[in-house]
Amino acid sequence: MNILDYTAVELSAAIKKGEVTVVEATEAVLAQIEQKEAELNCYVTLDKEGALAQANDIQKKIDAGELTGPLAGVPVAIKDNMCTEGMLTTCSSKILGNFIPTYTSEAVINLQKAGAVILGKTNMDEFAMGSTTETSAFGATKNPWNTEHVPGGSSGGSAAAVAADECFYALGSDTGGSIRQPASYCGVVGMKPTYGTVSRYGLIAYGSSLDQIGPLAKDVTDCATILETIASHDFKDSTSVERDTDFTKALVDDVKGMKIGIPRSYFGDGLDADVKEKILAAAKVLEEKGAIVEEFDLDLVEYAIPTYYTIADAEASSNLERFDGVKYGFRAEDCDELHQMYKRSRSQGFGPEVKRRIMLGSFVLSSGYYDAYYLKALKVKALIKKSFDEAFAKYDMILGPCAPTTAPKLGASLSDPMKMYLGDIYTISVNLAGLPGISVPCGVDKNGLPIGLQLIGDCFNEKKLIQAAYSYEQARGKFSLSAKEGK
Amino acid sequence: MANVITDETIDYVGILAKLELSAEEKEQAKKDLVEMLDYIDQLGELDTTGVEPMSHVFPVHNVFREDVVTNGDDRDSILKNAPEEKDGMFLVPNTF
Repeated sequence: MNILDYTAVELSAAIKKGEVTVVEATEAVLAQIEQKEAELNCYVTLDKEGALAQANDIQKKIDAGELTGPLAGVPVAIKDNMCTEGMLTTCSSKILGNFIPTYTSEAVINLQKAGAVILGKTNMDEFAMGSTTETSAFGATKNPWNTEHVPGGSSGGSAAAVAADECFYALGSDTGGSIRQPASYCGVVGMKPTYGTVSRYGLIAYGSSLDQIGPLAKDVTDCATILETIASHDFKDSTSVERDTDFTKALVDDVKGMKIGIPRSYFGDGLDADVKEKILAAAKVLEEKGAIVEEFDLDLVEYAIPTYYTIADAEASSNLERFDGVKYGFRAEDCDELHQMYKRSRSQGFGPEVKRRIMLGSFVLSSGYYDAYYLKALKVKALIKKSFDEAFAKYDMILGPCAPTTAPKLGASLSDPMKMYLGDIYTISVNLAGLPGISVPCGVDKNGLPIGLQLIGDCFNEKKLIQAAYSYEQARGKFSLSAKEGK
Repeated sequence: MANVITDETIDYVGILAKLELSAEEKEQAKKDLVEMLDYIDQLGELDTTGVEPMSHVFPVHNVFREDVVTNGDDRDSILKNAPEEKDGMFLVPNTF
């Protein structure tokens, strides 16, 4: 068997059986990166030597019986907005183009404890602001299924790297769909857990009340295993929650009696016909396996996007104040005084989309507009949460698409930001309400591009989602780019 | 319900955002802000009388810990990231 065909969990099992060594697995994935990277640009930073050194060290610990977990020895890629001690962490921005953190984010520490080989850092939309990975200061990532198309975003590098076997799994972050949408576009599994499940310590903040770290993986088993590994109650993140994290217990092929609601408004205008057909076919599969599938009316869907962009941009404008050219990152040259240095460093260091969001965020928080915009959005957020509460009183989960279309062509989205924002319609309310959501591949469109089925659960109900996604996957069979290419 | 963003407003927001925008960027920013605000204005259709603003989905409490130093002295490694430093301190241009 080709090493790259293993899922993360299968690879670790093969390593423990002595069928593959950690170094062999790392070398295989580095060779794949070597071959694919010029075309795809999944990584901002690749740490070849470091990865091989880690691999040697981890192999010894596995041999000594010190590392026994399900991910021990498996090479992983990390989105470049998670701090990694001693390794460049750029957020795909010029303003952090030379930033080397002095500490490691908690989610990555949890992976390291589990014996992960950190390969490097993946490309993303600058500061996670975008849906295509084209706003990166280090060039766009291409979709491995068709390199004329975007991989989605903002965790586009992570999703593309998993799809192209440039890693065995990856971490992403999701503020408005940034794990689920690229997972959907790249035909991999992606999960955004309930807010507070994974520590945000060391995650460079975009919208703090919305940001969550989560896995991008080859299948649901990997996804549950990774989430179980990175979830922890961390006193360094005051919004971290103490909760059950035994997600792999839900890897059970059974949906009998599960109540699944399909919001009618998710299937209206703007939804691509192929996407609609494949999503409804997936719903049918779950129904045939014994789930109770019903259509229902989910209120306030159309208000999620304006609410989100008000809140996320307000938080971003505040969070990104720290990038001022004083302590780290880019500083503009030839400044005569401090204030000028702040302004010029920020103006030259941030790209257009980041500046656009900082401007809107600053405006909605400014005196005279705060009540009309920011406070209003927080009130609508409460209404959106209530609307989900009502849905989950009736249903175990909500089923729908991840995105209205498959991956657009490169260059098609950035010319019209408003149009790009509208593409977030199915993912964004999940972040506003703090809910968990998973994207699972459910087919391809007429152009051969992957489509993602999204399941949304009530807070802390990841296990229901994992169980339903796993059951669907069992019925669907194998789905991957390498399987499609017949390798 | 078309919003109007004046030059003064863009300059003021630029100050708040600590961004120095070129004339061209200012015009674009005006256009972008108007477009977004017109869009956001649809939230006005919803009656939110008596609704409590929700900043976090779960109740957020202060999280306390003992005031004990747990990290080491990272001064030198932290200063390595500084654009300019002098004698163990961050160096910035004149402050006035």
